[in-house]
Amino acid sequence: MRNKFADTFYELGRQDPRLCIVVADISPAGSIEKFRTEFPQRFVNTGVAEQIMIGMTAGMAQRGLRPFAYTIATFSLYRPFEMIRDDLCYQNLCVTVVGIGGGLTYSTLGATHHAQEDVSIACAVPNLTVIAPCDPLETESATRWCADQEHGPVYLRLGKAGEPSFTQAAPQPWVFGKLRRIREGSNVCILSYGPIMKRAYAVAERLEATGRSTAIVSVHTLKPLDVKGIVEILKKFPSVVVIEECAPNGGLAMQVKAIAFDIGAQTRIHSFALRDEFIHCYGSHDDILDAHGLGVGEMAGRILGE
Amino acid sequence: MKLERSRERIEERRNAFDPYAAKQRCRRYRKRILEISQQVSALHVAPAFSCVEIVDALYNGVMRRDAKCEYRDVFLMSKGHGCMIQYVVLEEQGVLSRADIDAYCKPHGRLGAHPDYETPGIAASTGSLGHGLGLAVGQAFAERLKGGDTRLYCVLSDGEFQEGSTWEAMMMAGNLGLGNLVALMDNNDFSGLERMSEGHKAFYPLVDKVRAFGWRAIEVAGHDGAAIFEAAASAADSAVPTLLICRTTKGKGVSFMENVPIWHYRSPNPREYVQALMEIETAP
Repeated sequence: MRNKFADTFYELGRQDPRLCIVVADISPAGSIEKFRTEFPQRFVNTGVAEQIMIGMTAGMAQRGLRPFAYTIATFSLYRPFEMIRDDLCYQNLCVTVVGIGGGLTYSTLGATHHAQEDVSIACAVPNLTVIAPCDPLETESATRWCADQEHGPVYLRLGKAGEPSFTQAAPQPWVFGKLRRIREGSNVCILSYGPIMKRAYAVAERLEATGRSTAIVSVHTLKPLDVKGIVEILKKFPSVVVIEECAPNGGLAMQVKAIAFDIGAQTRIHSFALRDEFIHCYGSHDDILDAHGLGVGEMAGRILGE
Repeated sequence: MKLERSRERIEERRNAFDPYAAKQRCRRYRKRILEISQQVSALHVAPAFSCVEIVDALYNGVMRRDAKCEYRDVFLMSKGHGCMIQYVVLEEQGVLSRADIDAYCKPHGRLGAHPDYETPGIAASTGSLGHGLGLAVGQAFAERLKGGDTRLYCVLSDGEFQEGSTWEAMMMAGNLGLGNLVALMDNNDFSGLERMSEGHKAFYPLVDKVRAFGWRAIEVAGHDGAAIFEAAASAADSAVPTLLICRTTKGKGVSFMENVPIWHYRSPNPREYVQALMEIETAP
């Protein structure tokens, strides 16, 4: 995802002189390094100083530029949170805040580097659009949209590197603000977003093996949420599953359940999110997802036990 | 040669700044703020009074206008709670209307106790301290990148320099060599609660700190409009950002408000209002 973001930004930045990137001592190598070499005046490193990273992107947007801020998700969202809220969102400025390593991607670095409640927090702020692509291809689509949109600030929540692509043959294209069916199915529908999509696919395979035709929908735009699309899914599928790499409070599952309540849906809803706790586990990304109860077997078992 | 030209320019513009006229304007501004104070139970009178001359010198002398009389330079009020002075200056200039000011903090109005971005004449929403300089750094950076000669003038409270975010912005402005950025510190020596020189001694000395961050630092008498004008004008050809440390008095102009913390927020009662008005009118 990181490389795809960098490649896309570089390509767009060559065309659009408004595009700038402000990083806080963390930079995607590869194409961003090329961008830095070719357009040094549009690359700014604030050093280990995230408040000025966000503050200055706000000022830049006020004077007609189109800045992206970039660092590890915890530092791009949590550390300068009031700058995001007051400078970007209150003033509704078109700045994209990129959080690399959303969720538990930086598994071995401990909770200081785990953005495990980033989506909940970001979705709570007025005017802030929240986008979490599930693979490199969606990262490209989302980056393109961010570079040219007129809505306001965006939190673009990415994984890290090496994520597989799921969406090259998706039945539907990436459209901002719309649910995207990326795998067809008729009995069960899994809603997910971000790098944990790989587990959604693994769960779908387990369900298929037991004869349950399973669709997967990428909820890449968490805010504004495609409520109409969610309603349709709740009406169409007898079983809906939400899998997310985010704290349970304020995540997608809560919203889906609230919508289901509002429309009196009869659907069975299973939701899988991170636990509401800091887990001191320093293994791989998979290890820590397992420790949070998000093992593929565990999730499939709970769904099949209905 | 460059220095001489610069001196000539300062001399030329100094003549354009009339200290007597400035004094009359500042008297009007203070009276108007007092008048508004009688419509609401609380507004930041003292923080506004301490930067009246600073804001006046910027709007009525330092900041340049284009042929259509629109400002080419940008004013950014980082100490958002001091915005009453900006409102009344904008009222006098016709940017805000009398009706706008009369509806201050009222449900049908558009002016609150802190400035709101996209209100006419307002360059940024502020109110939470420690945000304005970062915004000004971004704006100054953008203007330089676009190749224009717009200058950014950012007024900060001294209390804002207790915020770490202000020093992040100071360091970055120094790193970027933003010569088109001029910050003006309203150094009245009071945060909301107490005198900084008593309760927060490590705040001083200022000049060395500021210079160490790659800025020019100029100390100036903050109620002397001509001095502010001259110091700000001297920043015009700088290759690095400039901070004017304006020595001011919180509540300046009203004896019972000066350096008394409660006036950070309180509005005078009718009796106090009459006395305050008399002091402003009879001040030399």
